[in-house]
Amino acid sequence: MIVGVLSVQGAVSEHLKHLERCAVETAAVKNIESLNKVSGLIIPGGESTTIGKLLDIFGLAEEIRSRSLQGSLAIFGTCAGMVLMAREIMDGIKEQPKLALMDISVQRNAFGRQRESFETELEFYSFDSSLTAVFIRAPLIAKSGPGVKVLARVPEGIVAARQGNLLTTSFHPELTDDLRVHQYFIEMCQNI
Amino acid sequence: MKEQGTFRVKKGMAQMQKGGVIMDVTTVEQACIAEKAGAVAVMALERVPADIRAAGGVARMADPEMILKIMDTVTIPVMAKVRIGHFAEAQILEELSVDYIDESEVLTPADEQYHINKHHFKIPFVCGARDLGEALRRISEGAAMIRTKGEPGTGNVVEAVRHMRRVMDQIRQVIGKADDELVVLAKEMGVSLEMLKEVRTAGRLPVVNFAAGGIASPADASLMMQLGSDGIFVGSGVFKAESPERVAEAIVQATLHYDDPKVLAEVSRGLGEAMPGLEMSSLNIADRMQERGI
Repeated sequence: MIVGVLSVQGAVSEHLKHLERCAVETAAVKNIESLNKVSGLIIPGGESTTIGKLLDIFGLAEEIRSRSLQGSLAIFGTCAGMVLMAREIMDGIKEQPKLALMDISVQRNAFGRQRESFETELEFYSFDSSLTAVFIRAPLIAKSGPGVKVLARVPEGIVAARQGNLLTTSFHPELTDDLRVHQYFIEMCQNI
Repeated sequence: MKEQGTFRVKKGMAQMQKGGVIMDVTTVEQACIAEKAGAVAVMALERVPADIRAAGGVARMADPEMILKIMDTVTIPVMAKVRIGHFAEAQILEELSVDYIDESEVLTPADEQYHINKHHFKIPFVCGARDLGEALRRISEGAAMIRTKGEPGTGNVVEAVRHMRRVMDQIRQVIGKADDELVVLAKEMGVSLEMLKEVRTAGRLPVVNFAAGGIASPADASLMMQLGSDGIFVGSGVFKAESPERVAEAIVQATLHYDDPKVLAEVSRGLGEAMPGLEMSSLNIADRMQERGI
């Protein structure tokens, strides 16, 4: 089983390193050929407008979408990845491209600008101890549909959720040494 | 408990920009062009470096009015420049809540001895460097991102290449050094031993390292990425070109596909006249911005 990281823009190497530390085979996904080899795909943090635009140009968006809808691809989106996975973006620019896979409404830069970026401890799903979460100009899930399981919250709202083969976090588990969120995703990929 | 402005949060912001292009803009319209082209951030400033060079005189922080207008218009991060050592300008930019501050040699230095103590700020800083020592000195002052200085406003990539190659070469040297040799090197570079050990362990700078200063074409962007840059700053190269929209988009694509000559050939076609360039030997030493703030 290979888990890929969408290698368009953003924190690609950080995710690859985490996956390697979880002892799973990895791939940098830059085109349809490399996408076809992976069972799971991480969409890293970066600038969602940039990643979205480049996904469209190279036809990757359609392929990711169709593989996900077929059920042959697990996806984990962090930060910008969350924005791209959402069905609805509450304050995006008009032509904001999106994968529109998850039944969530996302507010971009929900905590403010970079000055308001922060780290905090939070409880994540069934993990037996709290997790340090790093939020950088992070989005927030403002609304979620009935099929969406909430995995973590902060006082402002939902910051991690799962819907079937889709996992998303507002924060960046690739920026701390804690591998648990990646391990959780790898388990999802194994059940594909 | 929320903890804001930690080094991890500041450095993380730069990590999210990797593989991207940050463009200098002087108006709201230019900021929109940059965002539309796929820039990961814009640098709001009064004049692009080529015009600062031509105008002469003292170049200062941009008018907050203009910076705020750009912040209101685009959703991507907005950076702005302050003069080297001018912490009051930085305090103003922090109050405006710009996303990143560039303590930049492009503006006229305000302090010939001290850089800003960047640890005091919640906003991350990027600083220019020509070699590993400069880069690590800036990081020890709190810089969360480094860029090559290159020679701004020239449209000539030669200095950016020199600086990137030097940093990479010095990192390779550090990797091969024994502990006792590192002690001497630390002294020579004016940096701490701990920091050099960190570089040796990681095999790279402890923060993201972009290329800047003279990048004017998609091929320039690809060259810098292949030399090991994490991303690209384009100053005058976009809006001093004949068709900024197309050059902006082409440089974004070239940065992403820096190792794919087929894409590079495609995006380089028919871009119109690039910005006019300057030959280094035609610059007086006094006009070289890279000598500022070492």
